[in-house]
Amino acid sequence: MTADDFESDTLWLDTHHEITVSELTQTTGLSTIEVRELVEYGAITPVDVNAAPWRFHGQCLSIARTASRLRDDFDLDSHALALALKFMSRIDELEAELRELRAQFPRRLQR
Amino acid sequence: MKYKDYYAILGVERGASTDEIKKAYRKLAHKYHPDVTKDKGGEDKFKEIGEAYNTLKDPEKRAAYDQLGTHQPGQDFQPPPDWGQQFGDSQFSFEDVDLSDLFAGLSGRRPGPGQSRANIPIPGQDYEVTAHISLEDAYQGTLVDLNLSVPEYDAQGRLHRVPQSFKARIPKGATNGQRLRLRGKGGKGINGGRDGDLYLNIVLHPHSLYRVTEHDLYLDLPVTPWEAALGASVEVPTLAGEVRLKIPPGTAAGQKLRLAKRGLPKPHGGEGDLFAIVQIAVPTVVNERERALFKELADISTFNPRAHFKSGGAA
Repeated sequence: MTADDFESDTLWLDTHHEITVSELTQTTGLSTIEVRELVEYGAITPVDVNAAPWRFHGQCLSIARTASRLRDDFDLDSHALALALKFMSRIDELEAELRELRAQFPRRLQR
Repeated sequence: MKYKDYYAILGVERGASTDEIKKAYRKLAHKYHPDVTKDKGGEDKFKEIGEAYNTLKDPEKRAAYDQLGTHQPGQDFQPPPDWGQQFGDSQFSFEDVDLSDLFAGLSGRRPGPGQSRANIPIPGQDYEVTAHISLEDAYQGTLVDLNLSVPEYDAQGRLHRVPQSFKARIPKGATNGQRLRLRGKGGKGINGGRDGDLYLNIVLHPHSLYRVTEHDLYLDLPVTPWEAALGASVEVPTLAGEVRLKIPPGTAAGQKLRLAKRGLPKPHGGEGDLFAIVQIAVPTVVNERERALFKELADISTFNPRAHFKSGGAA
């Protein structure tokens, strides 16, 4: 396999890239009902909730993959999944804030 | 084939009930699941726990596992002669097969014995790998070598774990915690099933000079007391080479001086900034002349950085 094979179809999972709901279910193994419930509980948000079919930002793929993993490994229903995902996202935000503060802190004063 | 003691991995007796097995699994999953623990060895430990649970929770797989007998963990063994016929493919070769792959092949997405594999599309596996790269590589974009051990079906439909090396291009724009999806670069699909994807989680090595947050960089910039007081023009290292930075007169320690667009490139255009954080460095050894000059400064200066102490804390 050469490096050139990877040149195309390389996507950053962020807000610049969108995927369809069917791609989301196909890629993660979540059902359409589970995706709908995760949206209802606020764990993931479609780009436009009123549009049909739904489209999601690439970063939702990461969240949905985590959801699928947690569902399989911990036997969680959508309600518990959404709660866990929201806590995880809060942790991510706080860790990012902490990283930013640490980056601003002079190294000599760091432990 | 190497033996693994699934009961010992879950810490249960061989005669444990399904409920006891589930309880033991959950307890261990809370401790070692990669989404829960920060323990670096947690992921491997959880794989082992998950493999044990997936076999023991399924009555058919558990019966098949029990039929293998009891051996020492890690010991090479062969299943009983009729095992293959009873539980799988009579032609099954047990050489180079991982125990987990043996049980993964027993049910689920794989067709059972006697069933045709011809028409069942099986999607390829997704691979997820953490790619550790340097800050310089993130700045320029890089090619990383990834080594994975992946399950693969041979021409006879047997499952083997084979080492596979990938080269993956990480384009400019990477930073800590970013995820990259390489579509179709995971395991190959079978019978028209889609190819899996390769997911890369980017982690930057710590750098000796710069600290990274998103696409911004922070650099400690030590300056002399006289450079801070009088102002100066100093050379500052950036990822694109040295640049001159003007230090305004009266610069205080901790002040952030921004070098616009000297941070990491962003994936969809634009760049982060580089912030130089001023530190006032004081010489620890001074010669006689220097000491005399400092003394003279101390005598004539009216500057009092602690004046606010006397006014009750108001700066």
